[in-house]
Amino acid sequence: MIYTLCFYLFALITVFSGFMVISSRNPVHSVLFLILAFFNAAGLFVLLGAEFVAMILVIVYVGAVAVLFMFVVMMLDIDYTELRKGFGKYMPLGSLIGVVLLVEIALVGMNWSHVQVTTDVATATPALSEMNNTKALGSLLYTNYVYLFQLAGMILLVAMIGAIVLTHRKRPGVKKQNINRQVMRRREDAFDTVKVKPGQGL
Amino acid sequence: MMEIGLVHYLIVAAMLFTIGIFGIFLNRKNVIIILMSVELILLAVNINFVAFSHYLQDMAGQVFTMFILTVAAGEAAIGLAILVIYFRNRGSIAVEDIHLMKG
Repeated sequence: MIYTLCFYLFALITVFSGFMVISSRNPVHSVLFLILAFFNAAGLFVLLGAEFVAMILVIVYVGAVAVLFMFVVMMLDIDYTELRKGFGKYMPLGSLIGVVLLVEIALVGMNWSHVQVTTDVATATPALSEMNNTKALGSLLYTNYVYLFQLAGMILLVAMIGAIVLTHRKRPGVKKQNINRQVMRRREDAFDTVKVKPGQGL
Repeated sequence: MMEIGLVHYLIVAAMLFTIGIFGIFLNRKNVIIILMSVELILLAVNINFVAFSHYLQDMAGQVFTMFILTVAAGEAAIGLAILVIYFRNRGSIAVEDIHLMKG
């Protein structure tokens, strides 16, 4: 009973805030609704017994991605009313495509029957009394999927380098420490010994 | 009240997915909202993965959810970086103006 109630609560808020993300007038509100959608999706994950993924969703999405969106939305000085002008123009086409997609998914869902194949899964979920979700995920991620895990790290590294390279710029008039020049500096470059004759001055 | 099964989660995911596609078409000019719609679509995919993982009692679905999370984070970072440099150069983020490479 409480499970059913929680499911409907999380599901309704997720879908509602997903709709508000695309339809709210202010992009800051969009980001906030995105955060709400992520939190409630994390709730759904907890209901499904995937606690670790739920916590990762909150930490990675809400803590990193949504904050990144928030930064960009607030940092860029954009005239958002100008950007919303085509809203009504694309409404019919967008609605049509959305309805067609939903009908297609519904058709697939109606003609699909769920087959229970628990007998021969390669990576069966261990019983909760045996191992909790985090441990089970880790024991799989660091053994069977270790190469994919490393590859995911490489993807993140490339994304990080890419983002830094893209947004880095040399600004004129900004003084920066050049360690190479500091180390290469010799005594002869900095000092000049002048022999002053007595009584004459420089 | 019905018993909550796999189908319920699939319906939620399908609705989120459709909302994401709808958002891409609705906000044709605002790239930030389009990126958020892509995040919604990936979230729908994640819900599908975790739901199947639970109902088939197969751990692999949750593992792949983590990889999708990784890719989504990278995609958001790169997308927003491109957005920032585009705004720096053009002073606007309207998608319809992005036709410099059309020749």
